[in-house]
Amino acid sequence: MKKQIAVIGIEMHCELKSNSKVFSSAKNAYSVIPNTNINPLDMAFPGTLPVVNLKCVRDALKMSMVLNCKQPEYMFFDRKNYYYPDLPKGYQITQSTSPVGVDGSIAIECNNKIITVGIHDIHLEEDTAKLDHLDNMSLLDYNRAGIPLLELVTTPCMHSADEVMAFIEHIRLMYQYCDISDADIRKGQIRCDVNISIMDEDATEFGTKVEVKGVDFSGIRGTIDYEIDRQIKLKSEGRYDEVEQETRRWDEASGTTIRMRSKVDAIDYKYFVEPNIPKFRITQALLEDIRKEIPVFALERKNLYINKYGLDETNARIIIKDRFVADYFEKCIALGIDAKIAANWITGLITSYINKEGISVNDFYLKPEYLKQIIDALNKGEISSKQAKEIFAKACDEKKEPANYISSDNKQISDEKYIEEIIDNILANNEENIIAYQNGKTNMFDFFVGQVMKETKGKANPIITKELIHQKIDK
Amino acid sequence: MAYMNKTIEEIHDALVNGEVTSEELVREALDKAHTVNDEYNAFVTIIDNAQKGEVTDELLSGIPYAAKDLYSTKGILTTGSSNTLKDYVPFIDATAIKKLSQKGAVDIGKTVCDEFGMGAYGNTGHTGEVLNPWDKNRSCRGSSAGSACAVASGVIPYALGTDTGDSIRHPAAYCGIVGYKPTYGMISRYGVLPYASSLDHCGVLARSVKDCAIVVDAMKGIDEKDMTTWDSSDIHLYTFLNGDVNGKKLCYIKELCDIDNYPNATLELKEHLKIFKEVLEKIQSLGISVEEVSVNRDLINAISSVYNVIAYSEATSNLSNMTGIVFGPRSDGSTYAEMMKNFRTKNFSPLIKRRFIIGSYVLQAENKERYFTNAQRARRMIVDAWNGLFAKYDAVIAPVGSNGPAKYLDMSKNITDDSLVPLEEHLQVANFGGFPSISIPDGFIDNLPVALNITGKCYDDENVLNIAFAIENLLGYKGQIAKEVSK
Repeated sequence: MKKQIAVIGIEMHCELKSNSKVFSSAKNAYSVIPNTNINPLDMAFPGTLPVVNLKCVRDALKMSMVLNCKQPEYMFFDRKNYYYPDLPKGYQITQSTSPVGVDGSIAIECNNKIITVGIHDIHLEEDTAKLDHLDNMSLLDYNRAGIPLLELVTTPCMHSADEVMAFIEHIRLMYQYCDISDADIRKGQIRCDVNISIMDEDATEFGTKVEVKGVDFSGIRGTIDYEIDRQIKLKSEGRYDEVEQETRRWDEASGTTIRMRSKVDAIDYKYFVEPNIPKFRITQALLEDIRKEIPVFALERKNLYINKYGLDETNARIIIKDRFVADYFEKCIALGIDAKIAANWITGLITSYINKEGISVNDFYLKPEYLKQIIDALNKGEISSKQAKEIFAKACDEKKEPANYISSDNKQISDEKYIEEIIDNILANNEENIIAYQNGKTNMFDFFVGQVMKETKGKANPIITKELIHQKIDK
Repeated sequence: MAYMNKTIEEIHDALVNGEVTSEELVREALDKAHTVNDEYNAFVTIIDNAQKGEVTDELLSGIPYAAKDLYSTKGILTTGSSNTLKDYVPFIDATAIKKLSQKGAVDIGKTVCDEFGMGAYGNTGHTGEVLNPWDKNRSCRGSSAGSACAVASGVIPYALGTDTGDSIRHPAAYCGIVGYKPTYGMISRYGVLPYASSLDHCGVLARSVKDCAIVVDAMKGIDEKDMTTWDSSDIHLYTFLNGDVNGKKLCYIKELCDIDNYPNATLELKEHLKIFKEVLEKIQSLGISVEEVSVNRDLINAISSVYNVIAYSEATSNLSNMTGIVFGPRSDGSTYAEMMKNFRTKNFSPLIKRRFIIGSYVLQAENKERYFTNAQRARRMIVDAWNGLFAKYDAVIAPVGSNGPAKYLDMSKNITDDSLVPLEEHLQVANFGGFPSISIPDGFIDNLPVALNITGKCYDDENVLNIAFAIENLLGYKGQIAKEVSK
């Protein structure tokens, strides 16, 4: 058998941030109490009508521009008709005739190479209710019904799980950078349908496409690897006709994909244009207005951080991984903090603090202005780096400005004369130890430093202290 | 003394002058509603505990009205005349209902219609057929049958209807009253049970053009809950009515109005078209010019099919929420699919199920281009043709239907003559284009009322109503209360 290559395309669904749902005034927020963020439309009470959330439309258009798609002249929606208990209206309002973006592409980095992923289309739609099947009943939670979703459909252009994961990660960051979605994997805000086929390396026609539906972020790599193996194995055994155009699902427990239905039984969604939402014109002025809100993205920022600010690849990568961390970093620089110092604080203490607390950097108490107070004090030698760490922890815990802890009595002592006096005093009372040190007992040096620290309650500048002690006893 | 058979202005004056109280009016309307319901089956619900409304400067304040049972009324049974919602009590008011309440109007009942507004004869509602107050053997036509019946019987001065094909204008015509559907989006559809959203209109049935104007003035307005509404704050239907129509130009369509189109014309049809032609002569005395125009016959013939395809497609989707899961009497079943199926099989009437199947069929991938997409194209062509007429004429005038009210016994015969279909269904064009359209009585055949229709261009409701107002004054069929022919 010739060498096989995989051809993969994905449909990526991502929940958008907004105050209210995409077509109703109910709150778009996660709630543990079922059926609290709902309004009559979300449960399809008779006579209720959809009202489009303009913010969601703007965000969808923004993403369309970011992905270099073409925007349609008119914005309108379609109904996708099918019966399911989680679909209260019996149809989903989505976009099939004229999606908010078509024919786009985006360059991404995968294993240190740049690849281009084609975007077939991106469209705005509503989520369904959440359905929980229990032993003898099923429960419906309409909180999720009507949550805005952006569905991004790639062309079949990727060839490995690595590429797909890199793509998803890249897009996830873009959502975050545009501040249109938290794109939070832990909250299941990203779900994918994955289309996979294999073909001979030199073939021009795609093989039989298998669709794996509704895969959580955590299952995507497994799905792709499993499906490629499965299809190649069948082909190598001469049983490629058993690869059917079908819909499968990922089974987390067994690490396999399981057949759901054949494409022959595919549902006819009987799309037609949603009559309750009038078409509206997407003007150039609107697009220009939205374009102003597009931020500088991760890849560009990373290059900037390395080339302009002299960060190393690792630190730059950690910082751009979260748009708000990157914003924090840039604010630090704007405040005049040295870029490398800021980067070390951010990738070290700050990252571990916010990870430990499970919070976003936006909710992190120590704003760049406060961080600057600590760094400035450290630079002036007013505090030791040990003290800086302590002040950092205290300020975060007690939610007080670091300046409160940088008072005159805990400031580092850098007055050489004063330190020298203390050292002379100590040396005068410890002649035996000086001799021991000079005879080779080098660890006695730390004893003298310790004594100075004891005398100054740890406030003596350790560098000055050490220098002075060396001058006096290294004879 | 009775007041419910008077005009809104007369009743308002009586209230303001202290001749009568709102409480007394409500009592009178409720009593009459019960009587009429016993005779003609016009109401699903008579709101016996309806409270008087505060009398203010508002013309509608303190005056009772009724609403088609498609309008959601908070805390009051709203069935859509369907078994699927036979016990459904909404927790929202339709915007139109809310607006009327704010003006002090008093809803005293919910009227019977064809199930979810689907049906032409007022006989598919879950509480049974509505009888015509002019002749119990005949239909009021539909779907706003109960509203037409109640207004024509003098229960209330006006009732709300909905109109997807002709559902206000037909029953109004066959009950001898006025039926007006304003431009699409002038009245919010929020809270109104849908049939086919792109064709559905709210409107009113009353006994005079002026009363229609007063009521729609009160119901209309932009609504943040219905994106298809538009700002009509500079349209004042009531104050615009002055009867001055000198210089207005009307046209009538040869392919609809010429008796030669109907080789098998009945005596009734001949009489109907004769009355219409006489009216065309008469109204020239108002300074209106009338011209005959021709419209492509293929377009005229397509109207009914275009309506069926689009309306049934939207209906099958709009009513997909009727599963019995969230509301309605939940059916048994071992799976959700079975539950839904049982609910829909048991509770929808055969007519609706037939329409769902047609709607579903024409939307199927393999049929969609041939039926649904072509129907959309034809809709556009028909609307363009009418807009072409509106470029030259203030309105199109036409006879309503092909005869007087149908006898229930004869209904099966109604669709046997294909040549009559365009005349029966042409009012649907106003739904295709969202045009303002009003039917007013224009005479009698065998003592049963017949009507004409005036349809104008979008947003030109003031002109359309003023023309209808002038013609109404000339013809003298204003304020008719049904008189049973057999009595």
